[in-house]
Amino acid sequence: MAEIAVHMTRRLAGLSKWCRRNPITALGFGIIVGLGILGLLAPLIAPYDPYALNPREKMQAPSLNHLFGTGIFGEDIFSRVLYGIRIDFGIGLGAVAIGLFTGSTVGVIAGYYGGRIDEVCMRLMDIVAAFPGFILAMAIAGVLGPSIPNLIIAIAVVNVPVYARLSRSRFLVIRSSLYALAARGVGASDVRILAWHLLPNSLAPIFVQSTLQCGWAILDAAGLSFIGLGVRLPTPEWGVMIGLGAPRIITGQWWISFFPGLAIAITVMGFNLIGDGLQDLLDPRRK
Amino acid sequence: MAAFVARRILLLIPVLLGVTVVTFTLTRVIPGNPIDLMVSPLASEETRERIAENAGLNDPIWIQYLRYIEGVTRGDFGDSFVTNQPVLDDLTSRFMPTFELTLFAMLLAIALAVPLGIAAAVWRGTWIDHVSRLLAVFGVAMPVFWVSLVAIYVFFFLLHWLPAPQGRISVMIPPPDRISGLYTIDSLLTGNWQALKSTVQSLLMPAAVLAFAAMAPLARITRASMIEALESDYTRAARSLGLPESSIVFRHALRNAILPLITMIAIVYGYLLGGVVLVENVFAWPGLGRYVYNAIASSDYPALQGFILYSTTVYVLLFLLVDILYVLLDPRVRL
Repeated sequence: MAEIAVHMTRRLAGLSKWCRRNPITALGFGIIVGLGILGLLAPLIAPYDPYALNPREKMQAPSLNHLFGTGIFGEDIFSRVLYGIRIDFGIGLGAVAIGLFTGSTVGVIAGYYGGRIDEVCMRLMDIVAAFPGFILAMAIAGVLGPSIPNLIIAIAVVNVPVYARLSRSRFLVIRSSLYALAARGVGASDVRILAWHLLPNSLAPIFVQSTLQCGWAILDAAGLSFIGLGVRLPTPEWGVMIGLGAPRIITGQWWISFFPGLAIAITVMGFNLIGDGLQDLLDPRRK
Repeated sequence: MAAFVARRILLLIPVLLGVTVVTFTLTRVIPGNPIDLMVSPLASEETRERIAENAGLNDPIWIQYLRYIEGVTRGDFGDSFVTNQPVLDDLTSRFMPTFELTLFAMLLAIALAVPLGIAAAVWRGTWIDHVSRLLAVFGVAMPVFWVSLVAIYVFFFLLHWLPAPQGRISVMIPPPDRISGLYTIDSLLTGNWQALKSTVQSLLMPAAVLAFAAMAPLARITRASMIEALESDYTRAARSLGLPESSIVFRHALRNAILPLITMIAIVYGYLLGGVVLVENVFAWPGLGRYVYNAIASSDYPALQGFILYSTTVYVLLFLLVDILYVLLDPRVRL
């Protein structure tokens, strides 16, 4: 028992030392982990049902009863912002996961086979990357119709070339590395080299890119929902909530749009701080 | 030089062709039956068949694509389902408002970001560096449409400094006579001070919001490339020759830091093309962004298709321009 305790304290001491040395990255992790926990515990924390309408308490300013005020149907903004963590994190992580998987598959195939396959794959990626990102996502979401899966697909597609190029270039560097050569020398198969040696070694930069992309994905998702192309009412998604409050800004009910937007800003900032910090860690020249 | 430009343009053709395949596929294949959008749901089977035949929708898909490409090369993007006007005419008439907005946003962003980035690089680790980093972090994290709403609340509702969203100019004031299509320039040229005042008031908030978002990456890249330039051998040489610091920063370092900045400006402009859709909607700005929003809301596929093709072409051409500028500015690229 005592040994475990000693071990734990040593671990924690190490963690706090790391945090002190990288305060900005630690802050980013703190924000994302903290929000993640809030999102998971939303049913326990939220004082109201996020879908409950209360016509008698429409558009009330923030108070102790309603921390973030109420919306145009009397819905509790605080509860909806809490539940929104689940939706927006889900969309961001989903889009990045799909984009990452598809993109790195394309990149690795292109890098591994080279020649004509490489040429075709990368020209295809050039075409996708030729579109301004948000506009391509808008077109895809607009054509597929508004729903959460469609929104995730739309944003994922925009991400694909980023990962394809990144993983291809990493792959090419590593393929010609000495340890890959050594593995081949002792008779390892292609698949084994790919999975055991090349993949783990290209993960770090891809992971960094993913945290940055996660922030973008959440911003784009909220933007698309704001103009009615993403998540629909009454889902408590932050972009939709901002859109709902938009016409009330000129009449002074700022809280309807303000708090969901603040949640987006804090989340995206969290992801960007992690990404920025890790980039510095991986590339000491940037310090 | 001419050969370089020609080669670069030739390389663009497959990319742009690919782009048309994507826009064509997106708007013709996926939404199912376009006939449903063109005729009333009550129309008889014969009417639907006749309209499909006339519109060429019964032909094989690749013939439809070729017909589409042939139209695009003639500048025929089809007719909008909603306005019944040729899409290209619609886009052209809405180009200037969007251009004016993004132009001023970009100029504002550059005017703020470049000095900030230089200062952050020269006085690294001081408060100004931290402020610039903080601004960069906030600038990219805040959704533009949300910043727009917050700005309207503060500057219109609380302070009454600027008007409520009203488009390019107050409805009470007739727009200036058309010379360039940019209200600011036209009202200046015609000496129409009343129109100028209203135009500037209307432009200030949306342009500043977009500029705020665009500033962050510009300031960061300026800082990074200035630091690199300031630590290079040629600045060390200049310093050892006893040149004044201002000359080292502005004449030697800045010149070398400008190339990455130009690329970043092009990237950021692409971002503005998307952001403007959101911002125009908040500010009732009668530009391309609002047009495409309406097109999506009413399933106006030719309009959507036209807009995407149009803005992607602009984006691609912008990068062509960047490449040409690189060759002009940096003799090392001239190969």
